[in-house]
Amino acid sequence: MKNNTYLPFRSEILEVIKHAELEYTFRMAYDRGAEHPVKPGQFFEISIPKYGEAPISVSGITDHSLDFTIRKVGSLTNEIFENYVGGHFFLRGPYGNGFDVNMFKGKEIILVAGGSGLSPIHGVIDYFADHMDECERLTVIVGFKSPHDILFRDDLKRWKQSGMNLIYTVDKADDDPDYDGHVGLVTQYIPEMNLQDPDNAIAVVVGPPMMIKFSIKTLLGLGFDEEKIWVSESRKMCCGVGKCGHCRIGEIYVCQDGPVFKYTQVRSFID
Amino acid sequence: MGYQLTQDGLRQVFADWSREYDIYAPKRFEGTGRFSETDVIRYGTVRTPEEVVWDQRSDYSWKEAVLPVCQTLLYFTEETVTEAKDPERGKIVLLRSCDLAAVKRFDYIFLQNGPEDSYYKDRRDKIKFVLMGCDHSFEGCFCVSMGTNRTAGWDAALNRREDGYQAEAADSFLAAALEKAGTPCGDVVPDGVDANDFTVTVPEDLTSAVAQSTIWDEYDKRCFKCGRCTLVCPTCTCWSMQDLYYTENGQAGERRRVQASCMIDGYTDVAGGLKFRQKGGERMRFKVLHKVLDFKKRAGYQMCVGCGRCDAICPEYISFVRCIEKLADGMKEVTENEK
Repeated sequence: MKNNTYLPFRSEILEVIKHAELEYTFRMAYDRGAEHPVKPGQFFEISIPKYGEAPISVSGITDHSLDFTIRKVGSLTNEIFENYVGGHFFLRGPYGNGFDVNMFKGKEIILVAGGSGLSPIHGVIDYFADHMDECERLTVIVGFKSPHDILFRDDLKRWKQSGMNLIYTVDKADDDPDYDGHVGLVTQYIPEMNLQDPDNAIAVVVGPPMMIKFSIKTLLGLGFDEEKIWVSESRKMCCGVGKCGHCRIGEIYVCQDGPVFKYTQVRSFID
Repeated sequence: MGYQLTQDGLRQVFADWSREYDIYAPKRFEGTGRFSETDVIRYGTVRTPEEVVWDQRSDYSWKEAVLPVCQTLLYFTEETVTEAKDPERGKIVLLRSCDLAAVKRFDYIFLQNGPEDSYYKDRRDKIKFVLMGCDHSFEGCFCVSMGTNRTAGWDAALNRREDGYQAEAADSFLAAALEKAGTPCGDVVPDGVDANDFTVTVPEDLTSAVAQSTIWDEYDKRCFKCGRCTLVCPTCTCWSMQDLYYTENGQAGERRRVQASCMIDGYTDVAGGLKFRQKGGERMRFKVLHKVLDFKKRAGYQMCVGCGRCDAICPEYISFVRCIEKLADGMKEVTENEK
């Protein structure tokens, strides 16, 4: 059959990075970059035959590999965690619009993420960590549930050294007396972005629905231009290509028209 | 050119068509209806014209020809994934004007909304559509209101007459059988109704703001989310991906797509527990606005074709038509609230 969208390709697991008890990054072999380049914020349908497929955002992109940071929350992801180096998954994608790094260039960038919501913007942060001269200023505010849930620890260190304004915080640190970092919700730290150039700013908010809602409220409260805020949405998706219907909101298909949207568009979404 | 056919003549035509295609038509399945001792009319393979049900609307639509309740897409072992091949044989689908209009809606989703779906295309390319003329409107039909009472694009058209049939074919394979078994007559215009028992008007000022209205609340209690309305709908295209395995050790299995419904639990569930639209009213709103607003915004024409099947099948007697009538009140309500 020609152009079978649903036929996945096999991809070897190159490395497993264990961030937390429930969150691992799987570094997967990917040699199709020339024909099918991948952008941050795009997603793949990842599957293990007999356990089904799930849409997972790409959290890292190199010439030969793709990272997928997966939270162990469902029957498929439970099974995924049983697979380690030397194993393989089946993938199809990339799907969705993703982030174009050019839209951030020369701007004052504010990125706000909650937990694994960091995945879709991970590639954007990586790019500017290596090219700080290509943006006016970069502030990254990330929240995790507890010190045990902190993801991408090595990346956080590296990013910090690049000169960006990086704030990561945990909701609660009661069970970890050794933790001496920020405590509190991301909304508490958003005012610390110290916006220098509001007319030339751009913000992205990614995370759970409530976190997105209150982060945007906080940004708007600080006078951030609503036209300059972007979000990445997630919904159930069985196909990734506009066919199965599960991700539809009004006339929008999240898989086709998103998952990255302007806030002013998302604001009118009625699930 | 059209042809006059006797009952024997059409039997001959069906025999000729059946040599290369399966004829897929509304058929009576005795004793399997909603209530005891009632029948269901749904699609199945027929070999003779006598098996085709003409005198009532089919409870289910033609759509299983392209979207079976369950269709295997891939076979897998732990190491390999291979494509499932569809049957080589195509189908000749006998359907009404509203259902032929629904084909256009299916084509939009599967061929235009994103990349082409190869499984759909494979089946679709092997289908010939034979339009069954409607000489009267059935109870609950509102095709005229939805503009689907006379649909073009058929490969052949068939009108039933007291003494036989009239037929015309645009497709050469279908035409050859008609020529062999029929008597030439003038051009045949497919029968179509110009009025239904009632009209349905979608408000011109309808916007998604109506979602905030209270018109949906009554369905919270009445609708128990069985999803029948969507399963009988000739324009509902949703499906879910499902894996299953054959052996006890789970080494081999298949991935298939199964019909899904926005009215049924689980439709929006994502891992981690996030769900949307738990209430019956919310699901009704999502479905109804897709049919008369959201699809049009995207595709340029209404999704609903006015077949009336959803109203006939609902075990709670919820009427889609009545809901459309309420939309004007709903718009008025939200507009006044804004003031």
